[in-house]
Order: sequence, then C-alpha cells, then structure tokens
Amino acid sequence: MRTNLTIPQLEEKANDIRKSIIRMLEAAGSGHSAGPLGLADLFTALYFNILSIKPDEPEWPDRDILYLSNGHTVPVQYATMAEAGYFPKEELLTLRKLGSRLQGHPEREKLPGLESTSGPLGSGLSQAAGYAYSMQYMDDIKHRFVYVVMGDGELNEGNIWEAAMFAGKYKLSQLIGFIDRNNIQIDGSTEAVMPLENLKAKWEAFGWEVLEIDGHNLESIIDAASMGRAITNKPVVVIMHTIPGKGVDFMEYDYKWHGMPPNHEQAALALEKLRTLDGKITHEGAGV
Amino acid sequence: MSDYPLINDLYSKDITQEPTRAGFGRGLRAAGESDERIVALCADLTESTQMHLFREAFPARFIEIGVAEQNLVTVAAGLARAGKIPFTSSYAAFSPGRNWEQIRTTAALNNQPVKIVGSHAGISVGPDGATHQMLEDIALMRVLPNMIVVAPGDSLEAERATQAIAGNGKPSYLRLARDKTPVFTTPDTPFEIGKAYVLREGKEVTLLGTGTMTYQLLVAAEVLSAQGIEAEVLHVPTIKPLDEETILRSVKKTGRAVTAEEAQAAGGFGGAIAELLSDKLPTPVKRIGMNDRFGESGAPTELLDHFGLTGEKMAVVIQKFITNVPRYHQW
Repeated sequence: MRTNLTIPQLEEKANDIRKSIIRMLEAAGSGHSAGPLGLADLFTALYFNILSIKPDEPEWPDRDILYLSNGHTVPVQYATMAEAGYFPKEELLTLRKLGSRLQGHPEREKLPGLESTSGPLGSGLSQAAGYAYSMQYMDDIKHRFVYVVMGDGELNEGNIWEAAMFAGKYKLSQLIGFIDRNNIQIDGSTEAVMPLENLKAKWEAFGWEVLEIDGHNLESIIDAASMGRAITNKPVVVIMHTIPGKGVDFMEYDYKWHGMPPNHEQAALALEKLRTLDGKITHEGAGV
Repeated sequence: MSDYPLINDLYSKDITQEPTRAGFGRGLRAAGESDERIVALCADLTESTQMHLFREAFPARFIEIGVAEQNLVTVAAGLARAGKIPFTSSYAAFSPGRNWEQIRTTAALNNQPVKIVGSHAGISVGPDGATHQMLEDIALMRVLPNMIVVAPGDSLEAERATQAIAGNGKPSYLRLARDKTPVFTTPDTPFEIGKAYVLREGKEVTLLGTGTMTYQLLVAAEVLSAQGIEAEVLHVPTIKPLDEETILRSVKKTGRAVTAEEAQAAGGFGGAIAELLSDKLPTPVKRIGMNDRFGESGAPTELLDHFGLTGEKMAVVIQKFITNVPRYHQW
C-alpha cells in the first residue's frame, strides 16, 4: 500500500518483520530461515510503498498483483501482510500448524491476499506473465502492474525460461520481476550447483531490461520499481543482490540456514541481534 | 423419442465419422461467442487441436505459446486469476503428459478454471507411434482433487462438452482423439457434466464405455444380442465425478460390469469404476483397455483391432467373461 513512511521508518519495519520471521519459524519448528530474512527489505518496500493495494479489501479489483514464485520464502510475506493489516499478528504463530491459514507454502484459497498457490519452483513468472498479458492485450488496463518475486536457485527450472521467452516476445511492460540473488540453494552455492552467470546477459538476451541493485537498500528497491514501471517497451527484471539470513549474523551467508528454522536458543540470540541491530542500538526502544 | 436420442442407423457401414477434436473446435468457437471471458492458448499445434477456429474468430483472445507446455498451463493460471476462462490445447502426451505438476499446483490446488484440452489421446493417433499415443492421461488427471475429467464419445458430444466445461468454473480436462470415429449422438442428445447415459438396455451385463470406446461397446452389444446375450450399455463421458447413481442402478440389475477405454486399463476409467463398485457394490469387473504396455505405429483401425479395442473383439472377451464369472449376487 502506498504510505508516506520515510526510508528510516521502512528500515524499522523491515527489522520488525525479521523479528516476526524468527518468532514464526521458531514456533513452527520447521521452515526456511535464510530466504525470508533476505527478502524482508523487498517485502517491506512492496507492501508499504510500491504496491497499490488495500489490506482491508484483498480482492480490490484495481490492485497491483504480487506473485511469490519461490513459495518457500512465504514467512516473509505472511509477516509483512500481518504488519500491513491483512490479519492479526498473533496468527503468525500458527505458521505450518494444523488448521492454519498460513500453510508451509502459500495457498491462495486459504488466505485472502495471496494471488496464487506456489512452492514447486519455476511457475510464478508464467502466471505473472499471464496476468500481465491480460492487462496489456485483453483488458486495456495501463495503470496496474504485476510484480513477481523469484529465487535465484529456482532459475534452474526450465519453466522460468519458457516464461522469460514468452514475456520477451510479447514485451509485457507491466511485468516487473525481482530475483533474490543470494547465491545459495539447498545443495550449496548457486554457482557450484548450477551456474547462473552471466545472469544479466541471459535476461537481456530474452528481451528484458535488467536492473541490478543492493537488495537491502530500500531506496534502491523503490527506485528500481519506479524505473520498472517507467519502461514501457519491455518487461523488467531487478537482480537484487542480497545476503541470505540478513540481519542475523550467524545465519548470514551460510547455506545450511536455507531450509532450517532456529531452535529456542538460536531464536533468542537472533532476536537479540535484531533488537539491537547487531549491537548498533544500545538502548531499548519499542519492539519485541 | 428416448430422452437420450441416438442416430437411427447405428450400425450402418456408412455411419458419419468425424474426429472428436473437430467438435471441440466448433464448441470452443461457440463458447467464445457467448462468453467473452473465454480465451485460448496453444503450444504450436493450433490446427491439429482445431483451436484455429477460435483463433480465426477471436484473434485478440488467442495466445500462441510455442512448444512450451509448462508455460502453457501456468500462463493460463495467471489469465484465470485475471478473470479469464482459459482453454489450453496440445497433444495429451505433452499436456497433461509433460506439465502435470504445474497443472496440479497452479490449476487444481490453486482451484482456477484452467481448461486442459488433450488432443490425440489413445492409440488411434496411429502412425506417430507410442511416444504420441497418450494412454496414461485419464489416470493422471482423475486423481487430482478439484479436477473434472471428460472424454466425449463423438464429435457432437465434444462440441457440447466443450461448452459445458467452459461454464463450470472448475479446472477441467477434456480428452480428445485425432482419428475420425462414428457420430452416434444427434444434435438433440443431452450432455451434462457428471451424467452417465443408458444407451441400450439389457440384463446380462453392464458395459461401461468412455470416450469413443462407447460406440465399440454398442457394436459389441449388437454382436452379443445375436448370440442371445442382452447387454446394457452405459456411456460415461464424465470420468470425474462419476454418475454413481446411474452406474450403480444398472450394475445392481445386471450383476457384472465391463469397462472399455482407449487408455491404460490400470488406473484409468476402468480403475475408477472398479473403485466405485468395490466400495459400494462389490461386483466382478472386466477392464478392457491397454494392458500395461505402450502402443506402436500403424493405421488407427489396424491398431484398434490389434489391441482388441473393436466391438467385434470386445464381444469375444465379454462373452467369455459372462460365461466364466458369476454375478455378484450369485456369490
């Protein structure tokens, strides 16, 4: 939703969202840590600045559309949605529990505000492209945009490149992709598992405009989205360089945290790091 | 007039023949005329799947996807989220053959009204051989929650079925054939999703057919009648959900069931009937189809005969079944 929050205020939100992620994952006892923490800045920017959405009216017909393709990072989306007012924050602790609307991987029919069901990798870009095609060629809608978040490991999937070819052919200019370039996947570093570089050249070859930014710089993220909307002759993809596990030093850059939740002690330590911004804040403010 | 009219000269050698995919092409165009939300996507087989009729009528509502079946159904899922009713077409071997997981997640679990049209199903694809003769699609699709599965019996029914699934609001699979087959229904014959129809009454055995195999069962019933065996023939174009009431009523009367499909006999339509009967009315069932093997190249009629999927060949199997297997209530 469009808010007037300043960059420092947004940074504070992102930190709160990271705390929620840690608490959710600890309570769930399973799930992915690194990706959601690394995406907290992007999701803060999306839900509190970039997206035209109404949390109290999830199916608002005039809304922007957000697809999460790498569905395993959904804790960050849930935490951000709760922060934005889609549902009460207490519900976050039901993540992955029987009867919860917060499924381990996102299910559209369970939770209003989700645009699709995802988890099996590689299918989000196609769906976003289908929606963007509908806007651009069938419905004469010019003021709405379709955003899609992808992981870098998921770019191994052929389905992604089928969609990239499709969006390039039809010059889907209302389609804006974000790639979480954190260089890790389950079996190790992306370049060891299945090299992606030269990633920029790959997307350009498929007819996309490519922007590269620091994925933890909220101003850069917001600027990239504005640029993406302003480019009207092709789809845009933003390669966001991020730190997996961002904000919790013992999780950062360590691929073992890709698919692991913190235990109680680790969560307490992580919350301490987040509460003090890793020692940068020495007095207690509002927060946990 | 019966409430399920069939053509008059059912067993004539000059019976009109047309592929079911031709009916789909007309049905999709007609559906497109009555509902502008309907859009069509094809993976580089637009004329083969007869989607060109829709493309010519509504060029702005047709999307060429290229040879990319995973993208085909997932782009469609996005279009469905945007309020469209997307029909996707390819050969059944590729869709749902290649993109089953995308169908499972983005259409079925996501519960979007994506229509998967699998043409060139069955061995009657002919000379292209086993790679293109899809035999496992019924099994693949009928196990998906939310999914509707329809295999029309002839081209006129394919036309009606296409229009019916266009309006059902559910993810749906439509199974079509390449080769021409007898048109045994009339323009006045009804079609409703989830209904089975009694085409011929009898009391010795219930013959249940889906897709174009229903006509072959009618031929088999005619052969059996000449031998003094009166078979009841049911046409079951909707494989999921099954019309349990009609099927159970007939089998309760006859005490024996034979199924026929141009697909693997395991896991498909015969499997669905066997599941139903074992749950609700344990009955001896003979499943006719492909028996755990792939097809091969050949002319469609040669192949159907070779694999025992003609009415004449089926009659022999059914006669043997009736002779050797008791009815359920004689146990």
